[in-house]
Amino acid sequence: MIPASAPAKWTATGGLRTLVFAANAPLQLSSGAHIAPLTIAFETYGALNTDKSNAILVCHALTGDQFVASPNPITGRPAWWPRIVGPGLPIDTNRFYVICANILGGCMGATGPASPAPDGAAYGLRFPAVTVADMVRAQAQLIEALGISSLFCVIGGSIGGMQALQWAAAYPKRVFACAAIATAARHSAQNIAFYEVGRQAIMADPDWRGGDYVKHGVRPAKGLAVARMAAHITYMSEAALKHKFDRELQARDEVSFGFDADFQVESYLRHQGASFVDRFDANSYLYITRAVDYFDLAADYGGALAQAFKDSPTRFCVFAFSSDWHYPPAENRAIARALVAAGAEASYVEIETDKGHDAFLLEEPAFESALTGFIDAAAAARGLTLNAGARA
Amino acid sequence: MTVLELSNPAAPARRPVNDPSRVDYAVIANMVRAGARVLDIGCGDGALLDLLARSKNVRGRGLELSQAGVNACVARGLAVIQGDADRDLADFPDDSFDYVILSDTIQQVRHPRRVLGELMRIGARAIVSFPNFGHWRVRWLLATRGRMPDTPALPSRWCDTENLHLCTVRDFAELAAEMGYRIERAMPIARGHAGAPFAKTIWRANWFAEEAVFLLARA
Repeated sequence: MIPASAPAKWTATGGLRTLVFAANAPLQLSSGAHIAPLTIAFETYGALNTDKSNAILVCHALTGDQFVASPNPITGRPAWWPRIVGPGLPIDTNRFYVICANILGGCMGATGPASPAPDGAAYGLRFPAVTVADMVRAQAQLIEALGISSLFCVIGGSIGGMQALQWAAAYPKRVFACAAIATAARHSAQNIAFYEVGRQAIMADPDWRGGDYVKHGVRPAKGLAVARMAAHITYMSEAALKHKFDRELQARDEVSFGFDADFQVESYLRHQGASFVDRFDANSYLYITRAVDYFDLAADYGGALAQAFKDSPTRFCVFAFSSDWHYPPAENRAIARALVAAGAEASYVEIETDKGHDAFLLEEPAFESALTGFIDAAAAARGLTLNAGARA
Repeated sequence: MTVLELSNPAAPARRPVNDPSRVDYAVIANMVRAGARVLDIGCGDGALLDLLARSKNVRGRGLELSQAGVNACVARGLAVIQGDADRDLADFPDDSFDYVILSDTIQQVRHPRRVLGELMRIGARAIVSFPNFGHWRVRWLLATRGRMPDTPALPSRWCDTENLHLCTVRDFAELAAEMGYRIERAMPIARGHAGAPFAKTIWRANWFAEEAVFLLARA
């Protein structure tokens, strides 16, 4: 926790809202290192009620940002969770105060490897290794600075779900409800392997320059694009790929007997890779994927995940998608099992879908209705009336 | 021979408003101690857990397979795990509940003996309700028509039913005894009411109960 007197400054420039902690208020990291000064970039939607009981923290995924419900003013990309957060939506901004912060190590305003180190030059690989727990610790500083002592809900999908679980484990009394979606309590060997492919692709790009590409005025765009392409495959199910592309050819009638993007799926992946490099920093990708590799919530509690949630007063709902092979139902079920063993008030919902890991970002009515039910029931239990902010 | 309750004066006269077809809910609610920890296996839309929370102030949890049921439970604010009685009971720790309820489901699981064992591992007591295949009408229809019976408690044709392991009141009592469980209470249900005519013993209940609710405890 930061002392109330910690020197922090609110800024808003170029469409980015930030909270900057001065050099004498360092963020202690799990590795033993610290970061100072620390910048937290965030966005909020809706209004905080008078007793500050209606705040929902949304934790974004690997390549997400704080613009959960509005266009990103830097990249121009639309809100990333438009079906879930907004007026009249499951996370109703007429009713709740929604906060989303760029994760520590990210590249949308948060302190990360592209940020200037105390010496003025970009950190590059001098940036200390961060963990999911460190990301959550930084978010806790923001929440405290906003004057919120207890969040109504922490919610996130994928590595956002890891953050949500970490929140509930680290600050049980400050999390009334926790929704963890398509996630895991530990990163599997298969996922570490896929992330390692991505990191090797970045580091094999000659323009990576040992992480000092900023200094040399270049970017390892090719390596980062390949990293994105490899990861993107894990976000889609085989059924979805077949349904969307099958073996259809891209703008041609027969194969070229060459290495052009003959197939639509190749063209799609190349586009995913190419558009990603415009908005994401390669070193951030290295640091964040590493943080996720290191995530093993049970390890901090003697190897027993249930211990992480012992006597937790939080209401949990864990959501899984049947065709998700990035964080498959079994991983999510293991979280639910630990919550049940801990005696926590926990629900587990497994949505039947062929949309794969990304299902939580797509149109999935059964998921949306279950999430709405969970949020509304938790709000009723918290005593938040529908008219706290007047539902549209 | 176990003596049954002929009728239950303490049972609510009115059926639960949210599911008028389930008389067994009222009977089950009457067997549950106030403030207890209850796990309802195959909890459907959570109607029974909701009833128990309101009338008995229980700390309820549910296990349900269907998406519609799970979503309805979550929307009621109930804690429910989406899963299957045959596969997922192992996730619940030993002795974590006062009562584990299996209402109108045991005949639909793949391994009734194993599931019953899991119930008694997880809870100090189990409450199990099921349609009685030994009811006189079932026997009569089977004997006279030579076909699978079609009764209010067994409405589906043999090829459409979810039921895998139909049993009689005597069959169930025998299994409980064989597994070393004590029958603390047993309530026959007939014609929409708790208690069945002439059903003072298991033997008679086997003729006259359309459904039965058993409260089992570890011996």
